[in-house]
Parts: sequence; C-alpha cells; structure tokens
Amino acid sequence: MKDLIDHALNYAHLKQVQYADIRLVHNHTETIVVKNGVVETLNNAESLGFGVRALVSGAWGFASSSLLTLKEVERITSLAIDIARASSRAPGAKIDLGPPVTSQGEYRTPIEVDPFSLSQETKLDELLAADEGMSRAGSISARRSNLTFIREDKWFANTEGAYTEQTIYETGGGIMAIAVGDGEVQSRSYPASFGRQQVTAGWEAARTWDLPGNAERIASEAQALLTADPCPRDLTTTVILGGDQVALQVHESCGHPIELDRVYGTEAAYAGTSFLTPEKLDAFQYGSEVVNITAESLRPLGLGTFGWDDEGVPAQSTPIVRDGMFVGYLMSRETASQLGKSSNGCMRASGWNRIPLIRMTNVSLEAGTWDLEDMITDTDQGIFMDTNRSWSIDDKRYNFQFGTEIAYEIKNGKLGRMLRNPTYTGITPQFWNSCDAIASLQHWQMYGTPNCGKGQPGQIAHTGHGAAPARFRDIKVGVI
Amino acid sequence: MLEQDQARRLSQAILARCGNDPAEVVIIHKDHALTRFANNTIHQNVNEVDTTVYLRLLQGQRRGLAATNRLDAAAQEELVDRATSNAAASPEDAGFPGFIETASYLPADTYDQETAHYSPHARADHVAILCRMAGEKDLNAAGAFSSGASTLCVSNSHGLFAWHAISEADFQTVVMSDDSSGRAQASSWKVVDLNPESIGREAIRKAELGRDPRQVDPGSYPVILDPYATEDLLDMLNLYGMGGQAVLDGRSWMNDRFGEQAMSPGVNIWDDGHDPSGMPMPFDMEGVPKQRVDIVTRGVVGSPVHDRTTAAKAGTHSTGHTLPPYFPSFMQAIGPVGLNLFMQPGDIGLDEIISSSKKALYVTRFWYTRLVHPRDCIVTGMTRDGVYMVEGGEIAYPVKNLRFTQSYLDALSNVEVIAKNTRLLKSEYGSHAKRVPALKLAGFNFTGVTV
Repeated sequence: MKDLIDHALNYAHLKQVQYADIRLVHNHTETIVVKNGVVETLNNAESLGFGVRALVSGAWGFASSSLLTLKEVERITSLAIDIARASSRAPGAKIDLGPPVTSQGEYRTPIEVDPFSLSQETKLDELLAADEGMSRAGSISARRSNLTFIREDKWFANTEGAYTEQTIYETGGGIMAIAVGDGEVQSRSYPASFGRQQVTAGWEAARTWDLPGNAERIASEAQALLTADPCPRDLTTTVILGGDQVALQVHESCGHPIELDRVYGTEAAYAGTSFLTPEKLDAFQYGSEVVNITAESLRPLGLGTFGWDDEGVPAQSTPIVRDGMFVGYLMSRETASQLGKSSNGCMRASGWNRIPLIRMTNVSLEAGTWDLEDMITDTDQGIFMDTNRSWSIDDKRYNFQFGTEIAYEIKNGKLGRMLRNPTYTGITPQFWNSCDAIASLQHWQMYGTPNCGKGQPGQIAHTGHGAAPARFRDIKVGVI
Repeated sequence: MLEQDQARRLSQAILARCGNDPAEVVIIHKDHALTRFANNTIHQNVNEVDTTVYLRLLQGQRRGLAATNRLDAAAQEELVDRATSNAAASPEDAGFPGFIETASYLPADTYDQETAHYSPHARADHVAILCRMAGEKDLNAAGAFSSGASTLCVSNSHGLFAWHAISEADFQTVVMSDDSSGRAQASSWKVVDLNPESIGREAIRKAELGRDPRQVDPGSYPVILDPYATEDLLDMLNLYGMGGQAVLDGRSWMNDRFGEQAMSPGVNIWDDGHDPSGMPMPFDMEGVPKQRVDIVTRGVVGSPVHDRTTAAKAGTHSTGHTLPPYFPSFMQAIGPVGLNLFMQPGDIGLDEIISSSKKALYVTRFWYTRLVHPRDCIVTGMTRDGVYMVEGGEIAYPVKNLRFTQSYLDALSNVEVIAKNTRLLKSEYGSHAKRVPALKLAGFNFTGVTV
C-alpha cells in the first residue's frame, strides 16, 4: 500500500497542490440475518479502494477508485486536481487548514475474540436460538435476528507528513419481533432500537447481549402491546426515557446541531443548518445544570472510537455541554480554523469513495447520580418510554418528535399499565432545560447508531452515544 | 461504462469457478460525479468509480452470498470460496425459488454519452451562474449537481445474461435569505433535459416570496403540494407498504384493503420500469423483466410489487422488483419496493389550483419524514423551503415551518385536485425516480410549530 500512497503524494507535490491526502480503505463486512427460522442473508462482502483529496487554488477536489494500480493512482490524483480547478470557478473565502497535521502511528480496536475467526455455524446457532426463543411466545408475524461484523483496515497520509494505519472492528446485532392483530402492528427490539446494537469490539460483545435469553420476553412484549392501552393524547406530563431513547435524543438534538459544518451552512441544502450559532458558544444555557455532554473518540466500545480521524487528527475528548452551558463543537481542520480553534478530530468518511465530513464521534450524556428505581419512585405522575421507533427533527434541530416501541404509565411512584404507540414532542433547549434527573453510571451504557445519514452523495456513519435513563418535566406526549 | 463484452467475460469467469453449483452473478458498475455548493461557492466536488460483484450460490437448498469489488483472478476465487462456505453453513431453505431461466427484455435506451461523461468544469459553470444569480439578490445558494452512469449486469448458470446501462443527472438547489428559503429540483437520464438556471430561478422566486414569514397555529388546513411534497407521499407509502414483504409481514397499509376504495377516485399510482418518461430499467436484480404494477387504480388498492421470493410465498409471480442481493443496514427488512413510480396527472395547472383556492397552505416540500405507525402509514415530519398561505386565490403571505402528523393514506383519500404537469424526481438512493404532479388536498393535520 505504501508505494501507492507515496505515488499519489509525490504526484500531488509535483503538481504543486496546496494540500493533498490519500486514504486507502479495505472493508470486510459479514452480515447474517435469520427471519422466521430461515437464513435470509449470510453474506461476506469486501470493498477495497482509495480516495484522493486535493486543495488547489483555494478549492477542493476529490476522486476515488477501486482499482489499485500505480497508473490508476496517478489518474485519480490528476482527476482530483482537475476537479479542484473546476471548483475554483465558483470560489469562496480562502481556505485555512490551521496547523499542519503530521500524525504517525498504528491503532487497532482492542478485541478479545476476532469474529472473523469463528465458524459461521457458531454465529448462526446464536441467531437460530434467538429465533426459536421468539417463536415460543406464540403468534408473531415476523421474527428477525441479525449479526454484523466489520473489520476495516485504513491507511492515511497527507502532503504534510502524516502517515497512519488503523484496524477498526465492529460487532453489531439484535432481535426484533413484529406482532400483528386486529388492524394493529407492534414491534419490540433488543438490545437497541431497530433490532441492532453495535459497538467497536469483537465477538465478546455479542455474547454479553444474550440474544437467545431475551428473545421470548421481547416477543411476548410485542404481543402484549397489541392490546395495551394507547398512550394518552395531547397530555403534558413528566417523561422518563430509557437509555436507548436518550442516546438517540442526544444524537439528534445535540450531536447534529454541534457539527460546525452545519453551523457554517455547508450542509444547508441537505441535512440543514443549526440553531447553535457561534455567538452561543460559552453563552447559551443549552440544558439544565445536571446536563453534561461530551464528544470523544477514546471511550471503549463507541462506534466513534479510533486512533485518528480522516484528516489524521488524533482521537480526543471535547466538552460540549457543561452544567447545561453550551461549550463546544465538532470540528474539522477547515471549520476550526474559521472559529480560531484547532480541529478536535471529527472528520470521518463512510468509505474510500467518500470525502470526510464532520461526523459525531461518541457524543455522550454523562451519567448522573440517580438510581433508576429511585427516579421512578420520585415521580408522582408520568410515562416511562423506551426503545426508539420513530424520529424526526427540523432542519435547525429545534422541533423534534419521537416515538418509542413501548411505554409504561407511572402513577404514585410506580410503573403501571403498558402503553402502546407512545410519542413525545418538544423544542430542543426547552427539553434539555426540563431535565432534572439522570441515572447513575450503573445504568449508563454505550449505544451505537450505525445508520446516521449525511452528505451528498450520501454517507452512512457509525456513531456512539453513552447514555443513561433521564427524567424530563412538562413534556407533551401522545401526538399521533 | 462497463461494456457488455467486459461484463459477459467477468460473469462467465466467475460462474465457471462455481463448478456444478447453480450460481448467479450481479455486477453493478458506477462512474458518478457530484458538484456540491453552499454559501454561493463550490465546497465539495467528487468523483467515484467502482464495480461490485455479488455472487449467490446454491448447494441443494442451501444458499450462500458473497460480494467484492476486487476483480482479479485471486479475488474471484476468494469470492466463490466465501459464497460456497456460506452456503455450506446455511440450513436448507425450501422456500427459495431458485434462479430464473432465460428471459427476454424490452429495449430501453437510457444511456446518453454526454451525461455519462459530463465534466466537472461543465457542472461548475452552471453552478457558478446560479451562485451569481443568488448573490445579485443578496441570497445564498446551496445544492448539488450530479451526473454519471451506472451499468447493471445479471447472469446465472442457467444461461441468463442481462445487461443495461443508464446515465443520470440531477440538479437541486436550496436558495436562502436570512428568514426564508426556496427549493427546486430536476432529474433526467439526459443532462440536456435539465435547465439549472430555470431551476435556480424557481428556488430564488420561492426564497424571495418567503421573506418575513408569519407563524400560523397548528391545525387541519387544506394544502396545495408541490411535486416535491407529493413525491414524499409516494416515497413513504412505497417504503412501508407497496412491497410484497410488507404485505406478507402484515405491516403494509395495503393489508385488509385490497380491492377497496382507500384513496380518492382521481388517484392512480403505478410502477412501470419501461416508461421512457421515467428512468427506465428493463429488468431487476434477479434478471426478471420489469412489469407494470397497478398499485392504486381510481383510488382502489391494487397489487404490491414482488421479487421472486415474496412472489413464491404469496403464490404469484415476480413483478421484477428485486433489490440488490445485499442491501446494507436495516433496509434489508423492507423487501421489494417500487423503483419507477408514477402518479397520474390531472388537467389543471398549479397556478389555476392556487387561483381557485379560497384558503390553503401551499407547501414546497416535506422533510425528515418518519413513520409513526404502519397500517395507516401515519407519518410525522416538517415542512421546509417554502410554505405560503393562499387566501382568495392568491399567495397572501409566507408561513413559518410546521410539524405535521398525518396518515398519508388519509391524505390521498382527500385529494381535491391533481395538477396537469408532472416532474421527474430522482431518488438519492440509486438510479430510479418518481414522476409526480402537484396536488390539492382537502385537509392535512399540522401538529406543531418550530422556532
């Protein structure tokens, strides 16, 4: 690989580019899906290629190819430079990348058991056992269990002297049961929404989920939801969210609006902009004083955990919200420089054929002090909602509406009847300022979001979110 | 472009390595480029060349799948080894219908050299004109201009060989002022059909019309939907109900409504992979010829689209709507969906719809729409890039964005007028598109406002 990388950078130097980098990525993904007792998918896919990014005359160009030859590397580097020259026909402000990035080294996800070293039968047995477990619950319309394993080898180098090699492992999986009856459809997922938790780890992570051991319970809950009472409509009440739902709430209402490219308008036509404009930095009460949010790429298990981002900037930790105050952004080299800061390593591409964009690393709500049972006991009236089913938020990340798979009424400090089709809605800063309790580290968990869309052409990022159950006051529920 | 001969040689080389095991090879080649702009400047400009090979291999009733984008002999051997190993590990599946025998296809001429090789400089020139037009009006233009071509080849050990090339182009922009925005989009398989400057003028006009918006209370309003908003209605109804898998699972809005009047009598929705006014594709990812499927006729629920697996389970035939053999992420759960959807236009212009409306909200587009509940296709989302109050037959004032929570099925049972003009809008997920008109609906349920 080194000869291909050197050839691209030498060619770029020869053409006197302002800056260039090359990323070579070899991705292996294994996907196993069992549906209603039948193996729907058992797939091993690999994708290998490289992309060259060039900054010429103050404008960017990017080209990529799956053909790994010296001749193709030269053609693609030349094309990236030509595309950059085309970009300069609609020029913008001078691009400043800040201090040079000269990172060197190797990083490898720490794993106990390489999932690719195991037999297919071992993995299939886990899913077939989970499928059988769901079938024990009786009449379920669709039973679905899945495992995903990813190994991605990545080489990065730039014209400033950086050269890094990384191997990232991911393990994902889960189960989902869909029950249908009398015009109603209900689903339950485990261990996370849409039947898929995902972390940077090996096979050991899948074993901790115990999919077979939770299968019958999940399927039974899906059936019970068919005849559960509907969530009250247009009610303003206290809501306690389970950790999985808090993770997605953080992702949508904090993770996206702190992306500095959105703030500067470069995602305006597609993903949208952000209400967290620069004058609010260090001057805006985003949440209540119990709310602390951190972006970091160092935490174990997080899907945003790595050695360096796709600009070669080292993994690091950035405070985002401290005691409710908004204090930090997710940044690239270019956007950080616009803000008078240095990149905090958030540029990530979904593959060799995409440019890096500012993406979440692990944007996590820090644990609070409450035991979950105490939180419920302390709540006279309210609703406990868990496991995301639906999510929508406006293009500035203010107005959101979420639905969850399951809810329980809280009455006089106790969980009561099951409720179906729960939803809640709010405005981001009002919502986080209504947070008065966050569960302790004992309830805190790293969740994975392996389906975060952004960019044109589209990119699907894998992001991490540590979260614990949390309580919010005066929330409007039951919008359906 | 991956030429037919190249595709044939590659397919045959891989099939030959499979020995006596029945096998199917799908090759997807793409050479795509996209110029992205924001703040009246080009900030991202990319090109991608990739060829992915999918191999499905059968050992009796066991099935294995593998994919790669490495094309050398060693990689082909590894591909076959991985598919073989996966098949050996899989339990038997008596429900798999096997691979298609031979088939014949209607010709579909959808490859345009100019579009396939449109240069970054040509795209940049059009973008630069729009950026200047916006800047002259103190507006801020953002968007994307994409062009390129894809090739699809399906072959199998029964002797099937299907090959098709399609070019594609799309121009879309959002033009913004401090308190308003307007969007426009056009798609075609021929770049010459796009008129980026005209698209830009449409977005600029909407942004200017949207300045100083007022807030209106949530509630039910009659709505006039631009084709961009109509496209979302079809998109969600398609993803969550027009496919055979959704019907088999019992989660489709079509379940229990077949043959019933579920939408207004003027509503006709069909899928047709051969219609030259769309983005035609003569066959699907299993090599099955595309068939027209009448999904809703005069408001009555017709048939879902099928692949061979769902068709076998439903006791019918495939309609040629198989997705790629390996479709990553949770989309795998969706199954076959319509890829060439059409809604029949009416006989009145959008201007006439507006001028004949006493009071209605005119909505440019819906955004971030998500399914709240499947059986009635209840969806929540936001309006975006231009909402206007129509009063007394005229656009009276712009309106701040609203959240809605609405059954899309109910929405299409309240169609008052369908516009005569349609627009072809390409999906962001592949070489397929919908052709849709503007609509007027008697009611639409807005449930919240934003800041």
